[in-house]
Amino acid sequence: MSLSDYESVIGLEVHCQLKTRTKAFCACPVVFGAEANSSVCPVCLGYPGVLPVINREMVSLALRVALAAGCEIAPESVFARKNYFYPDLPKGYQISQYDRPLATGGGLTVTTPEGEKFIRLTRIHLEEDAGKSMHEFPWEDVSASSSLVDLNRAGTPLIEIVSEPDLRSGDEAYEYLVKLRRLVRWVDASDGNMEEGSLRCDANVSIRRKGETTLGTKVEIKNLNSIAHVRRAIEHEAARQAESLDKGRPVVQETRLWQPDSQTTRPMRSKEEAMDYRYFPDPDLGTLVVSRDWIDEVRRSLPELPEARGASLASRHGLSPQDAALLTLSRPFADAFERAVSFHPANPKGIANWLLSEILARMSDADRQAGKIPVPAENLASLVSRIDDGTISGKIAKELLALMIDTGKTPDDLITEKGLRQVTDEGLLGDTVRKVVEANPQQVAAYRGGKAAAFGWFVGQVMKATGGKANPAVVNQLLRQALDAPQEG
Amino acid sequence: MPEATLLLDGSGLELARRVSQGEISAVEVAKAALARAEEARRRHGSFLFLDPDVTLRQASTVDQRLSAGEKLPLAGVPLAVKDNINVAGLPSTAGSRILEGFTSVEDATCVARLVSAGAVVVGKANCDEFGMGSSNENSAWGPVKNPWDESRVPGGSSGGSAAAVAAFSVPLAIGTDTGGSVRQPAALCGLVGWKPTYGRVSRYGLIAFASSLDQAGALARSVTEAAVAFSVMAGADPRDSTSLPTPAPDVLGSLGDGIAGLRVGLLAEAESAEGGLDPDVKVSLERTAEALRQAGASVRTVSLPRVNLAIDVYYLTATAEASSNLARFDGVRYGRRVEGEDLGDLYRRSRSSGFGPEVKRRILLGTFALSAGYHDAYYGRAQKVRALLKRDFDRAFGEVDAILCPTSPEPAFEFGSKTEDPLAMYLADVFTVSPSLAGIPAISVPSGLSSRGLPIGMQFIGPADSEPVLFRLARAVEEWSGFPAFKAAGAIR
Ligand SMILES: [Zn+2]
Repeated sequence: MSLSDYESVIGLEVHCQLKTRTKAFCACPVVFGAEANSSVCPVCLGYPGVLPVINREMVSLALRVALAAGCEIAPESVFARKNYFYPDLPKGYQISQYDRPLATGGGLTVTTPEGEKFIRLTRIHLEEDAGKSMHEFPWEDVSASSSLVDLNRAGTPLIEIVSEPDLRSGDEAYEYLVKLRRLVRWVDASDGNMEEGSLRCDANVSIRRKGETTLGTKVEIKNLNSIAHVRRAIEHEAARQAESLDKGRPVVQETRLWQPDSQTTRPMRSKEEAMDYRYFPDPDLGTLVVSRDWIDEVRRSLPELPEARGASLASRHGLSPQDAALLTLSRPFADAFERAVSFHPANPKGIANWLLSEILARMSDADRQAGKIPVPAENLASLVSRIDDGTISGKIAKELLALMIDTGKTPDDLITEKGLRQVTDEGLLGDTVRKVVEANPQQVAAYRGGKAAAFGWFVGQVMKATGGKANPAVVNQLLRQALDAPQEG
Repeated sequence: MPEATLLLDGSGLELARRVSQGEISAVEVAKAALARAEEARRRHGSFLFLDPDVTLRQASTVDQRLSAGEKLPLAGVPLAVKDNINVAGLPSTAGSRILEGFTSVEDATCVARLVSAGAVVVGKANCDEFGMGSSNENSAWGPVKNPWDESRVPGGSSGGSAAAVAAFSVPLAIGTDTGGSVRQPAALCGLVGWKPTYGRVSRYGLIAFASSLDQAGALARSVTEAAVAFSVMAGADPRDSTSLPTPAPDVLGSLGDGIAGLRVGLLAEAESAEGGLDPDVKVSLERTAEALRQAGASVRTVSLPRVNLAIDVYYLTATAEASSNLARFDGVRYGRRVEGEDLGDLYRRSRSSGFGPEVKRRILLGTFALSAGYHDAYYGRAQKVRALLKRDFDRAFGEVDAILCPTSPEPAFEFGSKTEDPLAMYLADVFTVSPSLAGIPAISVPSGLSSRGLPIGMQFIGPADSEPVLFRLARAVEEWSGFPAFKAAGAIR
């Protein structure tokens, strides 16, 4: 059997850091890249006698994601203790929701080659992050004196978003993560930055023969530090499992670590070594009660969600569904489009075309995710309106955009400053046309002899002589008059 | 001017009145209390840490505040604080070697409230390690002797707090009560001791043993002093999510109202308690019931059918929570660290040498009760029975305003008499663990002396927020037994 005889079954567990000002259970500010152990207090250091208090902003941000993903919110959910020893876990347990999570159900729609597909969510629950241990080896091998612990991250709030095993390929997992990342950013719940660790993903991968409905033995893959790695790791793992089955060796339930350098996975721990976390409800916190009012308040504060926004853009501005979908890449990007349209309402399609081609091409991947366009929306609007009113040509406009990005100046200032105004004066252009025609009798003869392509050559010569500023329509008209006119004498 | 040491022999409230009126300074009182505490530390082992600098600084602050015109209900009252409660700048070991060298960085909320009311912390009182024990024999720093009979235990786990008040080192001490750790030593040392409705006093700053049971309480030589301590300590705390947001009941306003018309339930299961009831305690219980009738209360028998399961439920719940609460003591950030070959070895060595045998026993028991495959049968089932026990109480409180039973099945016992048999020691908690499991208040008040001259304590248990009723009942017993009088005559000092 070959890989193509199998089907992958994938579920993702995504940890997403919430953008709160303070930590999950204490008043320490959430910091990134600060001096080690500079944002800590007795509570997040796990000192004797301290108690946690739930950060309501954390719950509100989690509710934003859960409501945006269409989850059902539990009126009462419970924080539990997940007990294990590790130096970056000051209390010896992590506070995490376990059997009574904040939200269940819901899902995300992803685009696949076969069309739209709904990926169901199992649950979204709240938990606190651990600190960071700095050592090069697994903790079992490390001599105690050589490890350093930074507890700035300890106690920062996370949500874990668990999907059902509805994904069938690395590509689908990739699409799902792109959509999920867009969603958490769209509702201002998270930076969603995988490289900086504000979004982390573990993948549960199993394979089965196509047509089968039972699930195969699943393997959990950890250490997936980018969306691209998730896709690669899933593809690799599916192939590894297929090869194993083909050799008559059953897949072993275990946790494996993705190794980006070799693009392979290696075993981390087997099912037998799985930890017993001895979960029980945290008696320090009681029940988290989320009232109907709280849910309504959060729902009211949510922006229009990506799909709805896309549909609304398409219908209000006459855009194709494809363009509308691309414009909702991120909320700031869609906002930039609509802001530009508000300055030049006559041509939303033109603005969309510029955003999706010239502007997008000039944006880095990070800028695309953040929806950070390189020129102010009003300048983009002004650029398109100057094309529309014939002040500049489309060709000049591309040069002008580069200048706008470089200098930050408005199109009008640059048009004046650089003399980019399109020449439409028929008298002025008539002289140029006459000169070009007179200077090239052979080409004229060729054209008149039936070589139609020579016309384009003449256009090029006129444009060249005017520094590209000639209005192409006027040039065409004048050239036709000059070349197609009845012969004199 | 009154002699400071004489003031220590009397009521803390009288002392506060004199300090407030400027008859004597808080600093003078503090110096006298420090001297007595040092003596008690040497003689009874009741104090672990005394720091005159911290104490005198606090006392001097009280004097300044009084001269600025502040009214302080506990002005200059010397206070002993159990060693598992944080006091900023003082060591807190919770009676454990694993916290050797640890100094608290902030006051527990209940300490801050007492200090704000004018109390002066004299020192940290000895206790069973992490509050785990009923005899104070489990302290890493040595036992505490009962001032009434130095061959006997003071009870536990707040044994040092009880001995310090009983020996007149301080008029007031605070302790923690998880399953009776304030009430039982109060009974064994002839004191009034209470634990509040769960959540009424903040747990912030209490070194956790079993979070769903732990509460701070106070020990004093009279009901009035104990009630004033309640009025100061009780109240909501934003730093404790389990603290009650409702206003604390007023225990002082009704303290003199008497008990006419109150319905008291004599616990039917008291006499059949596993391990047996000491005959002197039995007699004292009957006399107390009669005295309550004489004072105008009605007394009938009530039953708590599941009370005999309380010990099992308590030890499963408390040890499960403790196994998690004590995980932070790993030798990594503070306290005792023993270096090892690797990280696992560091954990093993630090914890093996840092924890005493009873703490280890309970961590193992609790870890087992929570582990996969046993969780439902042990921890899970204990929670279900705990809920049933609460229902027993609810039903009983439909008939009576409070339940009466002995605090301890026997008076103070001799050192070593139960240390070989942990189960016998656990059974000593039979009457105190039930209200802890139900989260309801209870108070222990002296009801007389045994034939050997040892104090006997009676316990009143009431529904949530019934503290005013409990203090009134305790006051009635105090008036009948005349206990403050024979305490003074007890020739402890
Ligand atoms: Zn903190």
